[in-house]
Amino acid sequence: MNNLIKNLSLFCAALVIVLVLAILFVLTRAAWPTFHTFGFSFFVTNIWNPVTNQYGALSAIYGTVVTSFLALILALPIGFGIAFYLVELAPPLVVKPLRIAIELLAGIPSIVFGFWGLFVLVPVFQDYIQPFLIRHSEGLPVLGKLFAGPGFGVGLLSAGCVLAIMVLPFIAAFLTDVFKTVSPALKESAYALGATRWEVMRSVVAPSTIGPIMGGVMLAFGRALGETMAVTFVIGNAHRLSPSLLAPGTTISASIANEFNEATNDLHTSSLLALGLTLFAVSFVVLACGKASILLLERRRNA
Amino acid sequence: MSFRYQYRIWVNRLFTLFATASALVGLSLLLLILYQVFSEGIGALSLDVFTHTTPPPGEKGGLINAIVGSVMMSILTMIIAIPIGLMGGIYLAEYNKNGKLGSCVRFLNDILLSAPSICFGMFTYQIIVRPTHSFSGYAGAVALSFIAFPVILRTTDDMLTLVPDQLREAAAALGAPVWHIIFTICFRMARSGIVTGLLLAFARIVGETAPLLFTALNNQFWNVRMTGPTPNLPVTIYQLAMSPYPDWHQLAWAGAMIITLAVLSINIVTRILTDGAPSNRL
Repeated sequence: MNNLIKNLSLFCAALVIVLVLAILFVLTRAAWPTFHTFGFSFFVTNIWNPVTNQYGALSAIYGTVVTSFLALILALPIGFGIAFYLVELAPPLVVKPLRIAIELLAGIPSIVFGFWGLFVLVPVFQDYIQPFLIRHSEGLPVLGKLFAGPGFGVGLLSAGCVLAIMVLPFIAAFLTDVFKTVSPALKESAYALGATRWEVMRSVVAPSTIGPIMGGVMLAFGRALGETMAVTFVIGNAHRLSPSLLAPGTTISASIANEFNEATNDLHTSSLLALGLTLFAVSFVVLACGKASILLLERRRNA
Repeated sequence: MSFRYQYRIWVNRLFTLFATASALVGLSLLLLILYQVFSEGIGALSLDVFTHTTPPPGEKGGLINAIVGSVMMSILTMIIAIPIGLMGGIYLAEYNKNGKLGSCVRFLNDILLSAPSICFGMFTYQIIVRPTHSFSGYAGAVALSFIAFPVILRTTDDMLTLVPDQLREAAAALGAPVWHIIFTICFRMARSGIVTGLLLAFARIVGETAPLLFTALNNQFWNVRMTGPTPNLPVTIYQLAMSPYPDWHQLAWAGAMIITLAVLSINIVTRILTDGAPSNRL
């Protein structure tokens, strides 16, 4: 009985490793025809044409990276503000309900965010925000290109915003946890020297937690990369590369969600699987780096 | 006061204002989403939703097939994921606390927790749907269990680690075998935390859409045999929302509200059951 339980538990734990390897193996094998046909140029060509059977992943990779970056750029300052407020500023009565609210919101499934984005955010973007951006950035050097019209409502910018709203609770909760690990003695000595709250944040709390913060940012980025439903609703699903953030685009996960069931031939399916493999590999590396930097710091603190 | 002091005070005020404002904006944005989902959802809710199957456009109908399909698939998922998660967690916490294999499994498991769920769907499509030549509820449950079991494994590991070693040593000194110590002493101590893990895993899979898109697919009709395409709520919402028909959009709002309500109430129950237990992050 002792050995049985031990071996059974070993088997279940080993399943984790087997699963990761199996996903890599199965997806690589299924994606092989694509890599064989297109070689490395699969990653750098901007064609996606099921009719002529030519596939390149560039537009999907571009959309994935741009929307994820947008999400981080928008969510990080606000998440930081929320964490700063919760740790240093909030009256004790507010702290607990606010924390609970954030954690509950972090659990809401992504399809709800995507659905809300499509029916509420997109019309607002189309009627107010995008015309505003187009009007005020016209003729400006960089912004003019970024916000070139016409605005369809759906597009990279809308997808980035929905993603930002989705990762916001995660980032806020993570940063709050990290800031709380700073020893009160350290903070109090800074206060005793006459530092203001912001100075304590900037010169004591943030520098001493910069490692885990970077790790958490990478984890959030990894999640944003792989997010499917929140994006698919609002990205516009067009395989094209446009410098304008208002243009419809696509991401890796959105392309897969849209086309996988309707793939017209084996090479199309294989190319979508190649996209999936790329996504899995990239987010694996990003998440592993984030996790590793958090682990390293924990170890240093314990040592 | 010198200019320097004035400057520092104003910078502090500026950032205090920014932090308070972002807390207000962030939270009210998220509450706005909840409010809209609920107000639109309640407007679209009727008895039909719980008594009829998904309608063709222009006719009255409901979501009962999708709800039943989702519940069945979630239960099957938990049946698959609970033993794997619990046993894996036991291995990490009891048999290989700091060893190489244990650390490696723990690291990979944490990555699986955040890995793109659509990849699990593609993987399951390749290993189950393709060989069997049929979309099925079973494939959907397998894909969902790849999301559920890392959550259970992680919380089981964390909770068993919190059990003090003296208890294990005391039981061992009385002659109890290791497996007996684990299942009677450690599990009893860690029970509330482990239950939390199960509930969180359940809350996580209830709303998952991406892994079901090409495993369970979806089905407009009543189907309780899971050998064929099985109706489920998330994919139904996706298809209704992407359609051009306003009455389907209404139904999708009702579905979105049902899912949100289910996930929120599971999370709240978890919180009430175990105050201060682990959260669903990381």
